[in-house]
Amino acid sequence: MKIGAQTYLPQRRAFISLVADIAGSDEALGNLREYIDTAIDCGEWGCSSHEKTETRMREEIIRSLLEKARLEPKDIDCLMGGDLVNQIVPSTFSARSFDIPFYGLYCACATFGQALSAAAEAVGAGMNNVICCTSSHFATAERQYRFPLELGTQPTPTSQRTVTGAGAVLVSAYPPKWRCPEITAYTLGKIVDLGCEDVNNMGAAMAPAAFDTIRAHLRETGRDESYYDMIVTGDLGRLGRELLVELMQKDGVGEGKNVNDCGCMVFAPGQKCGLGGSGAGCSSLVYCAYLHKLLVSGQLNRLLLAPTGALLSKDSSLQGESIPGIAYAVAIECR
Amino acid sequence: MIGRQEYTALVRQASPRTNEAKTLFAAFCVGGIICMIGQAVSDVFTEFLPLDEKSIAALTGMTMIFLGALLTGVGVYDKIGYHAGAGSIVPITGFANSIVSPAMEFHSEGIIFGMMARMFGVAGPIIVSGVCSSVVVGAIYYLVGVAV
Repeated sequence: MKIGAQTYLPQRRAFISLVADIAGSDEALGNLREYIDTAIDCGEWGCSSHEKTETRMREEIIRSLLEKARLEPKDIDCLMGGDLVNQIVPSTFSARSFDIPFYGLYCACATFGQALSAAAEAVGAGMNNVICCTSSHFATAERQYRFPLELGTQPTPTSQRTVTGAGAVLVSAYPPKWRCPEITAYTLGKIVDLGCEDVNNMGAAMAPAAFDTIRAHLRETGRDESYYDMIVTGDLGRLGRELLVELMQKDGVGEGKNVNDCGCMVFAPGQKCGLGGSGAGCSSLVYCAYLHKLLVSGQLNRLLLAPTGALLSKDSSLQGESIPGIAYAVAIECR
Repeated sequence: MIGRQEYTALVRQASPRTNEAKTLFAAFCVGGIICMIGQAVSDVFTEFLPLDEKSIAALTGMTMIFLGALLTGVGVYDKIGYHAGAGSIVPITGFANSIVSPAMEFHSEGIIFGMMARMFGVAGPIIVSGVCSSVVVGAIYYLVGVAV
């Protein structure tokens, strides 16, 4: 049901009944080390290319999710997902292994938010079980957007590190027997571009989009920022989070006290990962490994998850284009 | 929503800056050490090999390129570069690194269209500008020589 220009309430209740996650070895040594389901031992993980590794990571968690849910592929109405690799190859190639209808999505690092919104919409339209899975891999992102791994370059002070990881959720119309969160509202993002051109400062490019979507969500739902126990953006990093809070305060949207960011949560301080993690797998990994567990255990009741994406390509930035951003806001609550 | 100019100013003010004292010092030290190693290699060759100065210079360059390529291959050069920045990019070992690293990276796309085709993706601009500037400098040198 549409309640504002960008915000919808699901037509049917959409429960996030189960999650599965997988992380790279650095991520598994980070802040979430006690929460991560599976960790891969090295960058390749027995595969001949990093794209194949990312594909295998996705296959493993989708399989693990099906096992946890005791469902067969035929019980799933749709598999939705995306990643950062050109033509979302890891997503489509991993979907080869499952006999499930597939929706390929792309909104860079905001794809997880896009997938959750689409899943809530799909459940409202009659689907019963939808799997959303997004992933990223440090090595596949580096070779596509930046330089070869072995090139001896120095990161700039505003750079972030792409998370090697993936998370998959089962969005179901059927309430499970255990306490589980559900999607209660979702706000679709608009493309926002305030002219940032620095490809090594994605947090600054995406912060206005996060601000725009969060402001629209709070206005259209009539909620205050204090309604949520936590407002978590996708991969703004420390600078982007600071800018978001500044924008919120300037506009009078709120104080931004409960604003946090998946990119700031994933790595430990000593890990030399710039201003934090980034990537399509950043928000899905942090949600599945950590935030979902907090919701299920009752440490959190109301979460606004707002994955953020920077919609650039290597060519667009070389052609002198600025970096447009997008963010989707999904309210996830335990009722 | 905040205006573009105002936001650009806000970003500039909030962004952390490079600690230049630290990066310049690291680049100076590492670059200096690489050049010292090059000088040592040259001295050892001069001492033990019966070759003229030109051949020693060529052999030293080849040795340093080999060392740069080897350290790239065993995954050490990128770690040096992380701390040293230009200190390890500017010497000839950095040039070796810029060719070997894409060759390793794109090996998964095959020998011809992967490794060979993309080997000069990073070093290409250096080679082109090197060739072009040497032509310009050569022409100036010739003309000045004629005039004198």
